[in-house]
Amino acid sequence: MPTKLARVAFGAFIQKEWKHIFRDRKTILILFGMPLVQILIFGFALSNEVKHARIAVFDQSNDSFSRELVKRLDASRHFDVVSRLDHPTAVQDAFKAGNIRLVVVIPAGFENALRAFHQAPLQLLADGSDPNLGTTVVHYASAIVGASQEELLEHHSLPYGFETELRMMFNPQLEAAYNFVPGVMAMILLLICAMMTSVAIVREKEHGNMEVLLVSPVKPLWIILAKTIPYLVLSTANICSILLLSYFVLDVPVKGSVPLLIGGSLIFTVTALSLGMFVSSIAHTQTVAMFGTLVGLFLPSLMFSDFMFPVDNMPEPLRILSYALPSRWYFYIVKSVMIKGLGLEGIWKELLILSGMTLVLLFVSIRKFDNRLAL
Amino acid sequence: MKGNPVIRANDLTRRFGNFVAVDRISFEVHPGELFGFLGANGAGKTTAMRMLSGLIRPTSGTAIVLGYDVYRQSEAIKRSIGYMSQRFSLYEDLTIMENIRFYGGIYGLNAHLLSQRADEMLTQLDLKHQRDQLVRSLPTGWRQKLAFAVAILHRPRLVFLDEPTGGVDPIVRREFWEWILDYVAQGNTVFATTHYMDEAEYCSRLSVMVNGRIAAIGSPLELRGHFGVHDMEELFLNLAASTGT
Repeated sequence: MPTKLARVAFGAFIQKEWKHIFRDRKTILILFGMPLVQILIFGFALSNEVKHARIAVFDQSNDSFSRELVKRLDASRHFDVVSRLDHPTAVQDAFKAGNIRLVVVIPAGFENALRAFHQAPLQLLADGSDPNLGTTVVHYASAIVGASQEELLEHHSLPYGFETELRMMFNPQLEAAYNFVPGVMAMILLLICAMMTSVAIVREKEHGNMEVLLVSPVKPLWIILAKTIPYLVLSTANICSILLLSYFVLDVPVKGSVPLLIGGSLIFTVTALSLGMFVSSIAHTQTVAMFGTLVGLFLPSLMFSDFMFPVDNMPEPLRILSYALPSRWYFYIVKSVMIKGLGLEGIWKELLILSGMTLVLLFVSIRKFDNRLAL
Repeated sequence: MKGNPVIRANDLTRRFGNFVAVDRISFEVHPGELFGFLGANGAGKTTAMRMLSGLIRPTSGTAIVLGYDVYRQSEAIKRSIGYMSQRFSLYEDLTIMENIRFYGGIYGLNAHLLSQRADEMLTQLDLKHQRDQLVRSLPTGWRQKLAFAVAILHRPRLVFLDEPTGGVDPIVRREFWEWILDYVAQGNTVFATTHYMDEAEYCSRLSVMVNGRIAAIGSPLELRGHFGVHDMEELFLNLAASTGT
């Protein structure tokens, strides 16, 4: 194909794809509404309620140290001390009545214990029925207790120490709430790239346009490229908007390098696009393509990527399955860079595995596409 | 009108595994012909047409289309032919003009040439005022004509029509064939498959395919005389019966 013809043809193709996307309200809704909705839903679970969470105090000591500690908790923007309890049974009742997120139990003789034994026990009871909120609340409270301890020690210049005891009521094993942002990123990229691309390609087949396109001078490879490039662009925009939303709405900043995070995301986008191409080479109707990506790709990724359920607790076959999922590696990369702040040296292995998977998938999908067309 | 044949096929064969879809067919199509390719569903029409249009490779035999070899020069063939498929091939969610721009674009027409031909075409079709309407809003008959007009936008000397009138009512079918005859009268060649036997009468020459082979070939008049039948329907039924289907 002469290059000028190829350029004109490719341009016409991309233009057409944009029109398909922007003319279909459902597509627009999925593309732009879903990331927003998901992030906001998780945002409410993570962020909004942790400001001014209602907590109760059961201060059995009521001395200068314990009063100072309660004052600091109340002064923090995270907590409002809404009730003071006076009996151990009141603790259960306070949780059962709802709307109390945390109870701080200060045992009798707090200050005396601190002076006599250089140690004083302290109990934080959180409502574990909402695990994400529970962890967050406990983390905040621990941080405040820790800070108070340092300052009080400075004042008294004595080797005193509080000993906090954490107990998550109703749900002793907790998952870190920050997992959600990397998880949402992986799921959204998978959904947009794999599902939308496969549906878009299969639509051409279903409506009989594909045959006409194949008889045209445009090469098959250019046809799929033209179909996928708009989704690549949109996914990149979505990665950025998710990161911005998570920063401004969820207070989850990117701890590590942003270019590294975006680089990894682009690799995963290509992975998802090749998965979409692969599905489209098998599926003959849009419905099959859609359910194929949902059931065959999305659900396993949701369950076995370490995002919803910890993979370490799964039986061995499922653990092995999870190694085969690109989203698992991507999830790990995002979590490491975004939450833990690791650099390239911390994730190069995972990045290499993901890239390898992507190359294989891309190769297989393009070959399969070409072969099918050659009939 | 006679020159080098537009299509020359020699023992052209295509197998899918053990199944022989097209079995050693040989024929020629000359410039300015409306060549009909008749046959029941599964007789091998579409496979033959796909080989001639460069979409699939033959298993054996030779074919030269517009002077290009189907094995080695399928790119050149694709660039020079027009193609309209049995299923409706315009994009319903794009406007008439956007469809024209897209199909013109994939054949590499530049903006100037494109707008000039689009103008001519829309005037001829009397669709000038509807150019910015979505194709979805057009009646089926118009869409079919538009699809043909779009298929010849790059002025191909040879157009393949794969059952172009499937699902279209008789009046529109008739209009459609008149359009095609018009295009042929300008010196172009059209190769059309159909299973509507009455449509065969429009063809200057036709071949009837049965079980992957050409069972009869000639002008409608010749075929009627040779086989002693009154119309193509009868001819077709006779041929199908004699080959044991």
